[in-house]
Amino acid sequence: MEKVIVVENLTKAFGRFKAVDQISFEVEKGEIFGFLGANGAGKTTAMRMLCGLSIPTSGKALVAGYDIRTQPEMIKKNIGYMSQKFALYEDLTVAENIRFYAGIYQVPEKEIAPRTQKLLERLGLEHEKDSLVKSLPLGWKQKLAFSVAVFHHPGIVFLDEPTGGVDPVTRRQFWEMIYEATDSGITVFVTTHYMDEAEYCDRVSIMVDGKIAALDTPANLKKEFDANNMDEVFYRLARNASRKAD
Amino acid sequence: MTLKYLLEKEFLQIKRNKFMPRMIFILPFVALALFPLVANFEVKNINLAVVDNDHSSFSARLIQKTASSGYFHLTRTTADYQTALHHIEQDDADVILEIAPGFEKNLMNYQPAEVLISTNTVNGMKGGLSSMYLSGIISDFSAEIRAKHLQINSILKANSLEIIPRYDYNPHLEYKYTMVPAILMMMLAMLSGFLPALNIVGEKEKGTIEQLNVTPVSKFTLILSKLIPYWVIGFIVLTICFLVAWMFYGMISAGGYLQIYLFAAVFVLAFSGLGLVISNYANTVQQAMFMMFFFVITFIFLSGLYTPVSSMPGWTQTLSRISPLRYMVEVLRFIFLKGSNFFDLKWHFAALCGFAVLFNGWAVLSYRKTN
Repeated sequence: MEKVIVVENLTKAFGRFKAVDQISFEVEKGEIFGFLGANGAGKTTAMRMLCGLSIPTSGKALVAGYDIRTQPEMIKKNIGYMSQKFALYEDLTVAENIRFYAGIYQVPEKEIAPRTQKLLERLGLEHEKDSLVKSLPLGWKQKLAFSVAVFHHPGIVFLDEPTGGVDPVTRRQFWEMIYEATDSGITVFVTTHYMDEAEYCDRVSIMVDGKIAALDTPANLKKEFDANNMDEVFYRLARNASRKAD
Repeated sequence: MTLKYLLEKEFLQIKRNKFMPRMIFILPFVALALFPLVANFEVKNINLAVVDNDHSSFSARLIQKTASSGYFHLTRTTADYQTALHHIEQDDADVILEIAPGFEKNLMNYQPAEVLISTNTVNGMKGGLSSMYLSGIISDFSAEIRAKHLQINSILKANSLEIIPRYDYNPHLEYKYTMVPAILMMMLAMLSGFLPALNIVGEKEKGTIEQLNVTPVSKFTLILSKLIPYWVIGFIVLTICFLVAWMFYGMISAGGYLQIYLFAAVFVLAFSGLGLVISNYANTVQQAMFMMFFFVITFIFLSGLYTPVSSMPGWTQTLSRISPLRYMVEVLRFIFLKGSNFFDLKWHFAALCGFAVLFNGWAVLSYRKTN
């Protein structure tokens, strides 16, 4: 299999505090890679480095074949990113937001309108096309944000706690969208602290105190830790964490 | 051409903002219609307390002359100086005019006639000016009396010197003519500095800037997309200001408007650049506001907007060279009132270009898509 993310001994220190401490892993093309960990374990910091938003203190990583240290702008061309904070413009309409992000990812102008139309139909948001984003319920906003993140057909999409604060039904629908995206060949790198969502991933890594404590398929992890579900796996690993959750 | 999409988005946001478009019209309008009338160093409506110890027809005439001068309100007539002083303490009076006993008699007998002026100088400028006005009125009065009634010998008169001042470019010494160009530039500096700074920091707070940082858009394009809208707004504000100056004060520039727009274009760019530099260092709107206030206020006071640069201490005169506002206020006063042309002001233009390059270069360099 083709490796789209290769991470070796990646470290990010803020002063003496090592937010991410020598992590190494690989992600294959087309898989859903779950990046789990308690609050403050270093998930977001690691993901920001992989997206080219943050320069590592040491170690190296290749994302979509580009070095995060020397070619962050090349990486940015080839990935989609959905942050923890909802990042669409609330004072723009649904269609204007899509047009804006499509434009800056250099989707050809002619394609934007028809693709927007198709996307809105799929999301069932045709009637909300000209509504301001701030008037949408949170679940719809999140779905829209994900669709915008993959609108330019990136090779990899990074999702930072995409389902925070969303009801279970919408979360379920959200994961269906993620599966649809992987069907078209997109690799999904997702952080979450909902353990039921971990079950939906092809492989998961669990971060504890800035280090990767475990990395395998959910089935293998459950076997290894002799647990019934991912919740138990997580508790066994996170119990010994020294960092307090924030 | 990602710039097109970025600009489209900025203008949509400005248009959709309920507050901003109104502010862009109202602020320059109110500022220019109101400030020159208020920020006026002419002193009027001075409350006058009179202690007339002479009760003669001359003293009555002096009091009447003073009261009808237009500067003074005769608020109190008291029997003695102590009571008048008490009124000053109560803030009922600003100036005391005490006429000594024998005022008329002395005047008639070629003796020096005594008048005492006592002024409250808590507000130094007002105090100084009011005693100046009052002494002017009194010497005017004494000249009149001597000319009319005393027929003083003509030799003295012929020897006395009269100075006829000629005030160039602002013949009536109208304070507002000096202030209008200055206030105009202050408005332009405030709007073009604050708006882009608050815009970027606002995006930082909302988290949308991070979303932009993870896109391939170049930081140069990004910064350009934040500069251009406020540049356009700067032109709108300037045009409104010119209209108000013409409608309210009948002021029309003595020099070409095109030159003013040229200078203003560079000036707005410089101030927006400063705003962007600040937005790169501030993490919250509050921080950005404070930093911007610091710079704008420092620049305003160093600019010679309120007080002439030439009357500052030497070292602040040197310091005033780092205020882009100083150059622009001078430029506008020169073009607007004096009709100077571009070549008279080429060094000012060079200085403004320098600021624009410095601030915008700094803004681009200090902007970090990757930390």
